[in-house]
Amino acid sequence: MSSLTELYQNVILEHNRSPRNYRVMDDADRQAEGNNPLCGDQLTVWLKLEGDVISDVAFQGLGCAISRASASLMTAAVKGKSRREAEELFERFRGLVTGGPSPADSETLGKLAVFSGVSQYPTRVKCASLPWHTMKAALDGAERRKGGTAEV
Amino acid sequence: MVVSGVAATAPPIPPPFTSLDVERIRADFPILSETVRGGRRLVYLDNAATSQKPRQVIEAISRFYSGENANIHRGLHYLSERATAAYDAAREKVARFLGAGAPSEIVFTRGTTEAINLVAQSWGRSSLRPGDEVLATGMEHHANLVPWQVVCEQTGATFRAVPITDRGELDLEAFDRLLSDRTRLFAVGHVSNALGTVNPVRDLAARARARGALVLVDGAQSAPHMAVDVSELGCDFFACSGHKLFGPTGIGVLYGRQSILDAMPPWQTGGDMIERVTLERSTWAAPPARFEAGTPPIAEVMGLGAAIDYVESVGLDAIGQWESDLLSRATELVGALPGVRLVGTARAKAAMLSFVLDGVHPHDVGTVLDDEGIAVRAGHHCAQPVMQRFGLPATVRASFAFYNTPDEIEALVRGVERARKVFG
Repeated sequence: MSSLTELYQNVILEHNRSPRNYRVMDDADRQAEGNNPLCGDQLTVWLKLEGDVISDVAFQGLGCAISRASASLMTAAVKGKSRREAEELFERFRGLVTGGPSPADSETLGKLAVFSGVSQYPTRVKCASLPWHTMKAALDGAERRKGGTAEV
Repeated sequence: MVVSGVAATAPPIPPPFTSLDVERIRADFPILSETVRGGRRLVYLDNAATSQKPRQVIEAISRFYSGENANIHRGLHYLSERATAAYDAAREKVARFLGAGAPSEIVFTRGTTEAINLVAQSWGRSSLRPGDEVLATGMEHHANLVPWQVVCEQTGATFRAVPITDRGELDLEAFDRLLSDRTRLFAVGHVSNALGTVNPVRDLAARARARGALVLVDGAQSAPHMAVDVSELGCDFFACSGHKLFGPTGIGVLYGRQSILDAMPPWQTGGDMIERVTLERSTWAAPPARFEAGTPPIAEVMGLGAAIDYVESVGLDAIGQWESDLLSRATELVGALPGVRLVGTARAKAAMLSFVLDGVHPHDVGTVLDDEGIAVRAGHHCAQPVMQRFGLPATVRASFAFYNTPDEIEALVRGVERARKVFG
């Protein structure tokens, strides 16, 4: 597999074409805006919390295929997870896109393992991680409509 | 194949590409024979970001450090005298190259950005008052925009910008409306780095100066591609960068009209810019030394001199013709691709194409092109107001130099088609 086809795996291309949970969430508990001034990527992440559990999550924004697919797959991955589980997943995801794949990825990261190719493209790491930083900013934000902002 | 002692050459390039011998020129640029991304031939179309360097420039820098290195304007020893003479000779060369009246109108800076900041902080900070206006345009690079916003904030002056049309040209009616007796300085790019638009600087400068405004031209994108004559342009300041002119990074030029430079206070202070220093007070050297505090980038000045020699040996007329042929071919072929929309279709354009591919983010196009060994810029080009004007987060920009070939345009076309297939 060439590095380009490893970067743009079919799952990524498919999520870029039809992103999941791509909508405005009017009744969100938390919200954060993320933007990458380097490339102009912008997105908003909305969260609904039930106690400590992310019961619903949505996003909207402008970005490249990597950031759009990453946001889409992230929403699918964190829905139903506790705050701590979501943060641990972010840590493992960060390890994948910065350091490259490790043997345990498919077990611990599931579908998110498709981002293994990103580590070969240092300029694209921020594209993949922006949705996660934004989700984290929303989790950490105060319980009001505007949670916080993430800039990476 | 070798026929009667003559090495086989590349297949002939179809007309009109006749103004220069591109294969001979390419042989002067070592990096153009490099391969990238696992063996792909480098197709370098990011010249508006920085240009590549001919061996003549690389050798000039190497020669300086190998056999000539010394500080200037200080030592009495042999090497220092020689370095000083070479540094001053390079200043004369730049003055001639830009059509300045005298070498003392040429200030060496770190680049275009520093040159503009120098004018903003020296002239602007000491001259602007509340009620004054600085007029820029909506197509400026951040380097010709942010320094003016900052100095306006510092002095209470007002910052205004001439809007741009759908084609990416300046709205000249709006320019006339915005220009007033309050306008103290008009700052304009000669060539837009995001759109390629060549602005009618001579005409604009005449109109601005008629209202009593000074005129600063950002020539970062024009000096490498067209003959510049500051007296003919009628500007008071002209700024450009060595590294876009096939020279080294870290060196730039500010041309300033002598009478204006003479009246400007120093910006940075220290060694080499003083007349006399006591513990009570200091007085300043005359320009250009007044604006060159500290040890300048001497080797880079040598490299810039060699770059100007190189460009003049090829000839700016031949360069202009070749690049115009490249632009026509690229506009025709890339513009005809399904899903491609050109951004910036001014009637007068330099050799660059800014474009978007329907449904595909410019960064993804850039990554696919990169995989083919094609270097382009994908992003906002440090001109975010231009992107906002066209409602885009970013564009793909292919920018050409005289060492680019029609073959490379065809590689670009194949790359864009591949991007469309990958994301289609």
